[in-house]
Amino acid sequence: MRAARATTAPPRATRRARFLPWAPLLTLAVMLGPVLAGLAGTLAPALGYMPALGGTGLSLAAFDALFAWPGLPRAVALSLGVGFAATALSLVIVTLICAGWAGTRAFGVIERLLSPLLSVPHAAAAFGLAFLIAPSGWITRALSPWATGWGRPPDLLILQDPAGLSLIFGLVTKEVPFLLLMTLAALTQVRPGQSLRVAQALGYARVTGWLKVIFPLVYRQIRLPVYAVLAFSMSVVDVAIILGPNTPPTLAVQVVRWMNDPDLAFRFQAAAGAVLQLGLVLLGLGLWRIMEVTVAALGRVWIASGARGRRGAEQAVRLGALVLGGLAALAVIAGLAGQVVWSFAGLWQFPDFWPDAFTLRNWQRHGPRLAGPVMETLLIAGAATFLALLLTLASLEAEHRHGLRPATRALWLLYLPLIVPQVAFLMGFQTLSIATGVDGGRAAVVLAHLVFVLPYVFLSLSDPWRAWDRRQDTIARALGAGPDRVLWVVRMPMLLRPLLIAAAVGFAVSVGQYLPTLLVGAGRVATLTTEAVALASGGDRRVIGVYALAQTAAAFAPFTLAVLLPRLAWRNRKGMRDG
Amino acid sequence: MADARGLRFEKVTISLGAVRLIELDCTIGPGEVLTVMGPSGSGKSTLLAAITGTLDPVFDMAGRIRLDGRDLMSLPTEARQIGILFQDEYLFPHLSVGANLAFGLKPVVRGRAARRARVEAALAEVGLAGFAGRDPATLSGGQRARVALQRMLLSEPRALLLDEAFSKLDTGLRAQVRELVFDTARRRALPVLQVTHDHSDAEAAAGEVVTLA
Repeated sequence: MRAARATTAPPRATRRARFLPWAPLLTLAVMLGPVLAGLAGTLAPALGYMPALGGTGLSLAAFDALFAWPGLPRAVALSLGVGFAATALSLVIVTLICAGWAGTRAFGVIERLLSPLLSVPHAAAAFGLAFLIAPSGWITRALSPWATGWGRPPDLLILQDPAGLSLIFGLVTKEVPFLLLMTLAALTQVRPGQSLRVAQALGYARVTGWLKVIFPLVYRQIRLPVYAVLAFSMSVVDVAIILGPNTPPTLAVQVVRWMNDPDLAFRFQAAAGAVLQLGLVLLGLGLWRIMEVTVAALGRVWIASGARGRRGAEQAVRLGALVLGGLAALAVIAGLAGQVVWSFAGLWQFPDFWPDAFTLRNWQRHGPRLAGPVMETLLIAGAATFLALLLTLASLEAEHRHGLRPATRALWLLYLPLIVPQVAFLMGFQTLSIATGVDGGRAAVVLAHLVFVLPYVFLSLSDPWRAWDRRQDTIARALGAGPDRVLWVVRMPMLLRPLLIAAAVGFAVSVGQYLPTLLVGAGRVATLTTEAVALASGGDRRVIGVYALAQTAAAFAPFTLAVLLPRLAWRNRKGMRDG
Repeated sequence: MADARGLRFEKVTISLGAVRLIELDCTIGPGEVLTVMGPSGSGKSTLLAAITGTLDPVFDMAGRIRLDGRDLMSLPTEARQIGILFQDEYLFPHLSVGANLAFGLKPVVRGRAARRARVEAALAEVGLAGFAGRDPATLSGGQRARVALQRMLLSEPRALLLDEAFSKLDTGLRAQVRELVFDTARRRALPVLQVTHDHSDAEAAAGEVVTLA
């Protein structure tokens, strides 16, 4: 007889128990089905096939039209350049912060500053940045007129600059917290303390020792998140609408413009553009991989050289990393503060640093109109998060009860929806949902959000779930409790905090979704995010401030609950303080 | 079948690939203690996992384990009626001391008052009367060990496994807790299997000793 657990399924196994082994597969299907079907649904019109619009044959006409667009070379270059610059900058900042400061008190402060910023939606952070760096923004106001001599906003193209610098800056402020959190998770597995002490005992300076001994181990763990950042930065739409250049915009933004063009013939061109965007991301990943190999080879030479690092240079690097990391955090925090001020601002003339008066008028005027989008946002995020949590829990329980081993390849599958550019498959997903008659509805939008919410919920919950001490299970089972009772009475309460955090992460991801809501909702499902981004072109900072703040609050509130609720529930349980 | 009472191993072998870790063919009678000794990695905990039904699928097991004549192999952990104590007490940190005990108490004891009375009595039995409302994290090592023992006994096990159960306690407390556990097992006529690497545990058990290589 082989292995006890495999053969000791309870005789009174319920129908549910027979569903459980299928949960991981169902989860993958829910997550990857729309991606694959969507890709197919994008590829078909790109090749001229879209019966609804009279395309029945195969042709490359759509690509001809795409390549005939004069803005294409610049749009492609922008996408590649912005993606690489934002990813490389974020990675360098995060790496140097960790190399220079991990384990110190300053690091704890940075961590506490940056982590909450992860939940700030991309669009809100981008608006915040725009409020700061615009020609009439807070930074010029702070310097005017005493330092600049400007009595009116300068005629400078700082926002939406043609080189995409403000877009890169905006992306870096959001990707630094993400990569930092991923790196922190990797660090807990690498246990860097001892290796670093050994390196230091051998005479290596701190940053040099960290880069040579710890970084290679950490990078292996954060490779997939880095790929996700690269793919996201190359193909992001909402941030690019707010901060990116206009004539031409990045490729992804142009594709969305074509899709929303009243002339439906542009659909074919849009599909071709979406396919090109996918190719671009694949090319970008390939180039990044070549860079990885090159850097690794150079790194090996550097390690073999035995160079210990110079103290002076080390201090400069440490300080530089701290300043850059601080700047990224400050940009988001000051941006949010700017939104608060603008949303309560009465008359506010340039170059005054503060408004003449604070008023509730903006909120009174726009507040009532917020109710609809707020409800829609909460409903969609709540449903998507609930489904994601259910599927994740069922998968993890199936893994636990049936002794399934997660394959390393499964991790790739989890990252797939985060790496395939949204425009590339959402367009096809929209076409298919029209064909199946579920388009434009809340349900379809929830399903589309689930594709992105699931990976984050799973990634967030799986580590603490798997790290739970199995003997706790043995003890409870030996006391006579069946697997269901152990799950509900022991495991879930003990893992309450990670469960709520995972839910909060999922909720925030859903709140921040722009493109899935816009495309799959066919423009008829209005959430805080779609409304806020739609306001971008109007440029009324008071309204934008109101909407962006509401959006941030919707994403942030669940995190507050996830931190407070366990503290309240376990206030009399010392053993649950860190759990 | 009176002679079937106790924890019986019938030609049990556990192997990992080609390596045979454990061979056991014996019976632990009611109130008897079998001590299994051996260095770490010799498969002591694997044997316990086979008995509780939590053996990792990478191991191959042959033979049969019976408790009071009943074949355990086809039963899930919760139906085996095997009590186990680890080196750590594994009191559920989110439940009060009383709720921990109530978790172990069989559902056949019905009614809130009756269940509470049973829990209180179990606590009083080990000198912890009035501790039901306490947070387990605030107990001393000896108190935790006693709560874990009582919680296990309330689940009315028919055999007892000890996985290095006393190794974290300091010498004085260790003898005291050990005596309490072995006395209780004898009084309730429970077969006991303990794995340990400490000879004083084996001597205190005063039973047969098997040494794994």
